Amino acid sequence: MVTLTLDCLSAHYGRSQILSEITTPTFAGGQIVSLLGPNAAGKSTLFRRILGLLKGSGEVRIEGATSERPVAYMPQETGSTAVLTVYESVLLARMQGRSLKVQPDDLHEVDRSLEDLGIASLGERDISDLSGGQRQLVSAAQALVQAPEILLLDEPTSALDLHRQINLLDILRRLAREREMLIIASLHDIGHALRFTDQAMVLENGQLVACGTTEQVVTPALLRQVFQVDARIEPCSRGRPQLIVEAAV
Amino acid sequence: MSSDTAVSTNANTPREGAFYRALVIRRQLILAALTMALCLSLCVDLALGPARYGLGEVVTALFMPDNVSQSVRVVLWEIRMPVALMALVVGASLSIAGAQMQTILSNPLASPFTLGISAGASFGAALALAFGVSLVPAAVDYIIPINAFVMAMLTAGAIHLLSMRRGVTIETIVLLGIAMVFIFNSLMALIQFFASQQAVSAVVFWTMGSLTKATWPKLWIAVGVLAVILPLLARRGWALTAMRLGDAKAESLGVNPRALRLEVLVLVSLLAAISVAFVGTIGFIGLVGPHIARLLLGEDQRFFLPGSALCGALILSVGSVLSKIILPGTIIPIGIITSLVGIPFFLFLVLNHKKASW
Repeated sequence: MVTLTLDCLSAHYGRSQILSEITTPTFAGGQIVSLLGPNAAGKSTLFRRILGLLKGSGEVRIEGATSERPVAYMPQETGSTAVLTVYESVLLARMQGRSLKVQPDDLHEVDRSLEDLGIASLGERDISDLSGGQRQLVSAAQALVQAPEILLLDEPTSALDLHRQINLLDILRRLAREREMLIIASLHDIGHALRFTDQAMVLENGQLVACGTTEQVVTPALLRQVFQVDARIEPCSRGRPQLIVEAAV
Repeated sequence: MSSDTAVSTNANTPREGAFYRALVIRRQLILAALTMALCLSLCVDLALGPARYGLGEVVTALFMPDNVSQSVRVVLWEIRMPVALMALVVGASLSIAGAQMQTILSNPLASPFTLGISAGASFGAALALAFGVSLVPAAVDYIIPINAFVMAMLTAGAIHLLSMRRGVTIETIVLLGIAMVFIFNSLMALIQFFASQQAVSAVVFWTMGSLTKATWPKLWIAVGVLAVILPLLARRGWALTAMRLGDAKAESLGVNPRALRLEVLVLVSLLAAISVAFVGTIGFIGLVGPHIARLLLGEDQRFFLPGSALCGALILSVGSVLSKIILPGTIIPIGIITSLVGIPFFLFLVLNHKKASW
């Protein structure tokens, strides 16, 4: 099973230090980890650093991976005017670094990814015709089609309506369990983090201020300190922890 | 959940790439149709001239040259063939260059001329035409194309080096290109101000673009450059297609957008420079060839790249035919024809297509 450990990870943009010595326990496949933090805390930078798109000191330790490219990354949604169908755009993500000839296995993987996310019926549509939410689901399919062992998702639910947010996070949790895949997702909805993620990392000003099981990490004290809100966490009628925000501090 | 994102238990859901396979077959058929149209256009181009031949005679001369008279053989193979083939090669080269400029700069208006490559080439040619200046020692017949080529590559090199200082962003490259166009346009005006009336006429004629200067040696050079660069671009097909999803997405898929942009910039500059050097300025092809290919084939580079080449070659070949028949007995400069006839055709395609191509 794949594992990921961050050891004293730092990152710079020019002379500005964006991430400062991020060290985490080992995350194992089969889990979903939420990456939490206010705007400009360094969440996207951390993803880019893990992926190797940014240089810096420290080490990203991936062990137990069976593929050459175990990590896939879904950046925050960006529109595109490319004249490509949804199917082609997902196939394209699958084929990077491979030969120009598409094999039946590749088509099978594209079909599976679209079906996993419930967007198979969008396959023939042009990507430029999609709504923001649909584009976000296609972007998730582009990450999944790479058959990653570690999947990094940067605000995967930001453009989705509530129904699709719940649906996507449910699907991701199921896929993480079934495929022993480690998923790290940056989320702004702390309630979703409480409900769907096993562990949480909290960043503030480029520093890791908390890391552990989500229920241990997300506390009223942390919400007040990092997110400047007065909030309480109470079990709902089904026993799930529920976030109730009283007011901004 | 709405129907558009329903979990795929839907009976209409495409299975195992059925939709994609059909799409691929359709595109292969379009490429085949373009190739056939190109062959037909080539034959018509060869048939037309001061002496007109039938298509049957042209085909016989092509495949069984011993079965036609010596004069027909000489006219077709020695005079018309280099010109007709140069139209195909230059059309394909300029269209590929435009396609890749539009791809790496995410800009529908990009073409080899956006970056001032044509303007640089025109300046180099004008130096030779007006003052006989040779930028590098060369045979007399080659001073103009070599000057044009050297200036085009110097322009591309300057953009390459300057853009590296600003992270090779799209905005930097486009702005540098625009700056180059204005600089060379001013220098051209300066040359025309000081040059003789005869030299100014020669410069103006050169900038109109003409295929009539084509010879077999020039053709082989252009073919050689295209034959080297085409596979290099094709090899990066998936990465180039990913560039159209934006830098962030391309990076997430393992593509290095800055490195790829620089690499492609060099390759398309070579293609454009060699074309402009041999036939002068033909600006329309690099802009419109890729747009027509995009409308017909989409932007998967495995189809878009050959499609752009075929569309560019076809436009210039048809342009060559028209340049001979619009005013019988006169060959109108090809750059004028492609713009006059091609742009209305292009606007018709764009305005009547059910979807925007950009």
